[in-house]
Amino acid sequence: MTTETLVRRSANPARKTQAKQQGLGLGARMRRHWQLYAMLAIPLVWLAIFAYWPMYGVVIAFKDYNVVDGILGSRWVGLKHFERFVESYQFWRLIRNTVVLHVYELVATFPLPIILALGLNMVRRRWYSRSVQLITYAPHFISTVVVVGLIVVLVDPNTGVANQLLGLFGLGPVDLLGNPGSFRHLYVWSGAWQTMGFSAIIYLAALTSVSPELHEAAIVDGASRLRRIWHVDLPAIRPVAVILLILNIGSILSVGFEKVLLMQNSLNLEASEVIDTYVYKLGFASQVPQFSYATAIGLFRSVVGLVLLVLANTFARKFAKSSLW
Amino acid sequence: MTTTTQAPAPVRETRSDRIVMICNYAALGLFTLAVLYPLVYVFSASLSDPKNVASGKVWLWPVGFSLDAFKAVFDYGSIVSGFSNSLIYAIGGALLATVLTLFAAYPLSRQGLPGKGLIMALFVFTMMFSGGLIPTYLVVDRVGLLNTRWAIILPAALAVWNVIITRTYFQVTIPEELLEAARVDGCSDFGFFWRVVLPLSKPIVAVNMLFYAVAQWNSWFSALIYLTNEHLFPLQLVLRQILIQHNVDPSQIRDTSELIRLKELQEQLKFSLIVIATIPPLLIYPFVQKHFVKGAMIGSLKG
Repeated sequence: MTTETLVRRSANPARKTQAKQQGLGLGARMRRHWQLYAMLAIPLVWLAIFAYWPMYGVVIAFKDYNVVDGILGSRWVGLKHFERFVESYQFWRLIRNTVVLHVYELVATFPLPIILALGLNMVRRRWYSRSVQLITYAPHFISTVVVVGLIVVLVDPNTGVANQLLGLFGLGPVDLLGNPGSFRHLYVWSGAWQTMGFSAIIYLAALTSVSPELHEAAIVDGASRLRRIWHVDLPAIRPVAVILLILNIGSILSVGFEKVLLMQNSLNLEASEVIDTYVYKLGFASQVPQFSYATAIGLFRSVVGLVLLVLANTFARKFAKSSLW
Repeated sequence: MTTTTQAPAPVRETRSDRIVMICNYAALGLFTLAVLYPLVYVFSASLSDPKNVASGKVWLWPVGFSLDAFKAVFDYGSIVSGFSNSLIYAIGGALLATVLTLFAAYPLSRQGLPGKGLIMALFVFTMMFSGGLIPTYLVVDRVGLLNTRWAIILPAALAVWNVIITRTYFQVTIPEELLEAARVDGCSDFGFFWRVVLPLSKPIVAVNMLFYAVAQWNSWFSALIYLTNEHLFPLQLVLRQILIQHNVDPSQIRDTSELIRLKELQEQLKFSLIVIATIPPLLIYPFVQKHFVKGAMIGSLKG
């Protein structure tokens, strides 16, 4: 976002002053653009209902919500639900599972698309890089349900290929999906399988903007291929990488919730219960829905996420000289 | 997308460079095969005789050709209805969401629109903070959408990320001079949008339609919480029941001779289901890959 705003700002002043020179006040300029506001009104109404109204609904985290009294009528209870969550025996387990799963995912899969993009960028045979791209993008378009279905059939204790492979090494059939120890690996590496190719696109785009002269100059200076990757290609990728990293850190507590929920079963719960799945269960899967308590936990998660995002951005602006805002 | 941006090397390659190159080609090849293998395996398994799959004889190619599992899938009523529901959600959702996105992105791409920064901030803020699952559910309930098709389409009808991509596209491709020329000819903002901007924006309209359609096609969670009427279930929710929760309802398979081999067939059903559910997105994907890539690139580079 930053590069773009910079570019626009530098081009903008002339236009702004032009409008001002025409002697139009704010009201007149707004009236002149009434049709644009009319267009904007429709998405804004949507935004108000489906994005900001729920934000208001968050107040039920501080109330004892019940359907009869509604959001307004329910009784205020202060931080009761937050205290209950922090003191509950679930708290540390949920935090640990959520953070471990996300950090593992981040460390394992963040560098992969960069490596893939650098590799693809080196390839000079077009048909080769084309086919690699065509195939590696494909899993991105497969739905999460089907990907988890794939995992289920591949690691099936009786018929899955994964277990037959283990059998070749003399290891007995293992129920990988029903095992807390292997849940995280399955989750992270199936995610890598699915997203790595498509995530590389962004880095490839950054690499295509590197001017060929830089490479030529480096070659004339006798730089080897690896040195050119280090000194020319990587710096070109850095701004994009930093921004994606910040976004990733900001969502550290909201790991791919839908996929976790799909992969979850009673056997791997010990490793697979994360904040979001817990919120879902409290709100929808339990006999007595605990809307207020679940909302408080969700709010806790969002606020921590927002704080992390701001922190990561501040650090990035200081040390990596690129940031989200 | 072409990736060959480097100039053809003017200097002879050194030995170490050549080794790096060979390793690179090999690593890319291996990785590609690793991505491909699960897909090929599932495809082969779905075409094999259920017995051979159960006993682990299938590794790469189909062993003992059989189409029984595919036949069983089409006997399964909820899959057919799920498929048509998904089509409705994907097409309806994509149309509505694309219109909303264009309506948001075009004014926000215009220079000198008072209040633009504030409105943009309103949009972007929702990317970082949201009310969360339960308040959103309460709103959908309150608006009276529960258990209607609208509950699937409306709450998902705008993705801020797409607004940013689309806005950037407009900024890059619609020159201000064009607008000024149109103004001189007495063209209104609506007229300009309709007659000039839209015809110039076919690629980004296509990207939006496809992003939204694919997202709807693949979504299941909103259906899980907003719908209880099984006739409205999208395909993915039906798939979840069969693939992941192992709920194959024997009464849904009509043919009695199938029932005898039900156990094996149930297993086999999963493979053929995965194949069937994967084919529609994969079929359109090579045709639209160029647009997707271009859209993702525009968004990432400038957004």
